[in-house]
Amino acid sequence: MNKRRLLFFGFLFLSLILITLGLLGGEFRVVWQKAVTVCLECIGIG
Amino acid sequence: MKTRGIKTETRRKIYQLAAALGFNLDVVSLLKGRVSQVPTKGLCLPALNCYSCPAAVGACPVGALQNALNSFRYNLGAGQKKLGLYVIGSLGLMGTLAGRLPCGWLCPFGLLQELIYKLPLPKIQIPAFLTYLRYAILVFLVLLLPLLALDASGLGWPWFCKWVCPAGTLEAGVVLSLLNPAIRSQLGFLFAWKFALLIIFLVWMALSMRPFCRTVCPLGTILGFFNRVSAFRMTVDLEQCIVCDACQKACPVNIKIYKNPDSSQCLRCLKCEQVCPTNCISHGFRLAEKKAEYPARAGA
Repeated sequence: MNKRRLLFFGFLFLSLILITLGLLGGEFRVVWQKAVTVCLECIGIG
Repeated sequence: MKTRGIKTETRRKIYQLAAALGFNLDVVSLLKGRVSQVPTKGLCLPALNCYSCPAAVGACPVGALQNALNSFRYNLGAGQKKLGLYVIGSLGLMGTLAGRLPCGWLCPFGLLQELIYKLPLPKIQIPAFLTYLRYAILVFLVLLLPLLALDASGLGWPWFCKWVCPAGTLEAGVVLSLLNPAIRSQLGFLFAWKFALLIIFLVWMALSMRPFCRTVCPLGTILGFFNRVSAFRMTVDLEQCIVCDACQKACPVNIKIYKNPDSSQCLRCLKCEQVCPTNCISHGFRLAEKKAEYPARAGA
């Protein structure tokens, strides 16, 4: 297995683990809650 | 070869337009001047598309990352296990699969820069040293300041969104202040600063190719790190390459693809492939190397 392939599968595995842990921890809702609220900083108020 | 080139570039423009529309599909919210509430807004999009744009149907990963970091210590202190793993994992997944491919094919702000660059005005090159600015912006404004500069309650700010992001100013600030009188009445110094920055970038876009992507964009910088491991890759057959530099002349970020096909600056727009007179540049989702061609190495 070449180095690129090894790194690819390593990062892929790690990313999927992080996403799974995040989803199990309710982080999808955290992102959603922030995204459906007007971001005052983004529009130049906050 | 010319026909192949036209086809690829047309296809890329169609992808860019489709992504710009697809990422901002909630026209009803746009007409009402309020931020979309669709369930998909928890998904991190593979592009710098502000989630405060009223029509946005997904989350900007850079905004989401800063918000995860600026509440990291607060959540940790409160015993909540909301540490931004989902956002970091999403960025990792995008990068691992595609590298900077979304920069070239999906990003609405990238499309805007390419369209403005078509204006018939004198063109200027971006000095090489400015391309390193993006690393400082990523480290300080996106990672360190949101994580470390906290108020009394232990919460921080999304510094990049707040002080820099022209995509947020254009897609959210300008749009919402035009559509919503309550928001318009609250605009002050911060908006004036960000609006001035937006104007500077819009002018620069007419003079230089993709100045924001090359000098500032934190998402492109993160995805660029993955260009050397991603499944999507460019390869150059060095046995066929005649080092004519036609690829560099066509490249929006002015790189020599034959020297380093995995350059973190490469947007994967495939313009180099279209102009190559010997057809020695190719692309694809592949991990194994073809027998007939091999990837060029850095500094080769």
